[in-house]
Amino acid sequence: MPNLTLGPNVRKPLHLHDKTLAELEKKAMHIREDIIDMLVEAGSGHTAGPLGMTDIFTALYFHIMVHKPKHPDWKDRDRLILSNGHICPVRYATMARAGYFPLSWLMTLRKLGSHLQGHPEREKLPGVETTSGPLGSGSSQAVGLAYAGLMDHAPWRVYCVMSDGELQAGQTWEAMLFAGRNKLYNCTFIIDRNNIQIDGTTEDIMPLEPLAEKFEAFNLHVERCAGNDIRDFVTAIERAHGISEKSTVILADTIPGYGVDFMEYNFEWHGKPPKAGEESMKALEQLRTLGGKITSEHQ
Amino acid sequence: MTLKPSTKKGLNPAMHLLPQAFDSTHTKYVPTRDGYGEGLVQAGTIDKNVVVLCADLSESTRSLPFKQTFPDRFIQMGVSEQSMASIAAGMALTGKVPFISSYATFSPGRNWEQIRTTIALNNTNVKIAGAHAGISVGPDGATHQMIEDIAIMRVMPNMRVLVPCDKEETRKATLTAAKLVGPYYLRFAREKSPVFTTEKTPFTLGHAETYRFGNDLTIVAAGPVLYEALLAAETLSHKYRIEARVINCHTIKPFDVQTIVLAAKETGAFVTIEEAQAVGGLGGAVAETLTLTIPVPLERMGIQDRFGESGEPRELMEGFGLTASFIIQAARRVLKRKKGERVPALPEYIAAARKKLECMQKNVMKKALNQTPKKWGGKKPDSTLKSRTSV
Repeated sequence: MPNLTLGPNVRKPLHLHDKTLAELEKKAMHIREDIIDMLVEAGSGHTAGPLGMTDIFTALYFHIMVHKPKHPDWKDRDRLILSNGHICPVRYATMARAGYFPLSWLMTLRKLGSHLQGHPEREKLPGVETTSGPLGSGSSQAVGLAYAGLMDHAPWRVYCVMSDGELQAGQTWEAMLFAGRNKLYNCTFIIDRNNIQIDGTTEDIMPLEPLAEKFEAFNLHVERCAGNDIRDFVTAIERAHGISEKSTVILADTIPGYGVDFMEYNFEWHGKPPKAGEESMKALEQLRTLGGKITSEHQ
Repeated sequence: MTLKPSTKKGLNPAMHLLPQAFDSTHTKYVPTRDGYGEGLVQAGTIDKNVVVLCADLSESTRSLPFKQTFPDRFIQMGVSEQSMASIAAGMALTGKVPFISSYATFSPGRNWEQIRTTIALNNTNVKIAGAHAGISVGPDGATHQMIEDIAIMRVMPNMRVLVPCDKEETRKATLTAAKLVGPYYLRFAREKSPVFTTEKTPFTLGHAETYRFGNDLTIVAAGPVLYEALLAAETLSHKYRIEARVINCHTIKPFDVQTIVLAAKETGAFVTIEEAQAVGGLGGAVAETLTLTIPVPLERMGIQDRFGESGEPRELMEGFGLTASFIIQAARRVLKRKKGERVPALPEYIAAARKKLECMQKNVMKKALNQTPKKWGGKKPDSTLKSRTSV
């Protein structure tokens, strides 16, 4: 068996200062607005997942990952694998805000000739690591990357974002067996535990619980965090980085449709965009005021 | 014996097609998957052994009406297409008649080997329903646009492959699959498409039907693009005095060799069209048949060895050359070949579609980017975004 070890540490400490946190939260708010604007412009796409995962994507791109937006092919970049490709609006909006491509491209989501395909395609948009959409194959690609990275003693890490619904696909568990066997400690799986899928709630369609115990039984380390609390998520990532004999699974408890009350927790918002007009304006208003908790900067 | 070709022209009255379906103001558009939903409920009423398994897509695959009518015979699988195929095989071994529903890209795309071993080789009575096949899925993009399914299912022993052309034919195909024993693959589309067959239109497994008479060339189609073939044939007749025979080849397997060979003898030129890879599917079946019997010139229309992409269904159908105007080009080309005339190496209909696609891509992108709001670096006020406009 090859000597599977991570290269020299190139990371700054992830400790989150209050000021940075406030900046990240503001960024996340703008990204949520972008998501609503993009989806309405496109006229189709998924809403609940992207809104629920905005805080995590913001934290990954603006605080956690080592990457160069202007050089998406930089060899020592951290790899972010998006397994549940249908939530790509959040990845697109975050990448645009991080400087990977012009914000104006957000106007073209799902349209003919766009870099921003309905489900992300590696060959259409630099910075998208894998083509995805059909569920369950991201984790296998992630462990493949992670294994190769450790073979080469590369310094980069792999973060694999997955949905909870896709854990019903058997391939996921084949990847987990591999991660467990090879102690891929450079690989962190981030599970969007929002409890919904297209036809209903996960526990109604095909129950996943007890979930943490399942991963532990596959020889993975499990962390749990509030997925819409940036500080809590960053802390979970810090702990994952500290584990050097196992892959870590972060069960991020997120609220689907986070920030818009009529979307939150509702599986019916899994696969559709808001309607232009009253519905989208109400959603934007709520996002800007954090559900009435603050005064909108647009007011 | 010399065959005397039929001199009949125009639509075949024995097919009982809806005449008003070809008058654009009266055409009714319904997705083929709706016929599956209706057919399933009817099949479930006729046979209490019919069960439906679905992988987290009950509404969009139209297995929902069955679930509502027969809740005890509906089995929710979650996102587990591979085990769904084999679980259905297990159920079939005890006499159930399982239909497994998902998008074609996942089933039979994802679970092809499970289907091969546990359904086809095992020869179990499972019906595989692939919804959202073809590029007309639209904005979801290439990952969800299954265009290899006809080819990969056709090469599997024991498998029957049905590609119905409209909602009514899909209903009949579903009932046929439920009634006949053995593995079946049924292919549906997401987008609404013209309904032009009726309850009286004949539908027999393995029997290709001649929808339009003609002896200059034969156009063979499967799926909703058959409608475009009929429109093209009409224009060919009026504008160019070319009489095209149009055959609905809804059963890709078992393939109706007899009807194809007769058409080859009588017309001497072929165009095939399908919303799938031009190789390996219907085009492949026709090419193989002609080569082994009466080799005549053939143009294969479909997706030309590439993946689909995001776009509106109509844009994609045009951009991939699957509408009537391109069929007319293919028909005229194949007639030139039939006469022994020289033709360009790259078929005109392929070159024209590529050009059309590039042009549309440019226009769509330009239009979208011209609307960029200030917040995304453009010139338009943010209030012009659709999300911020009162309707």
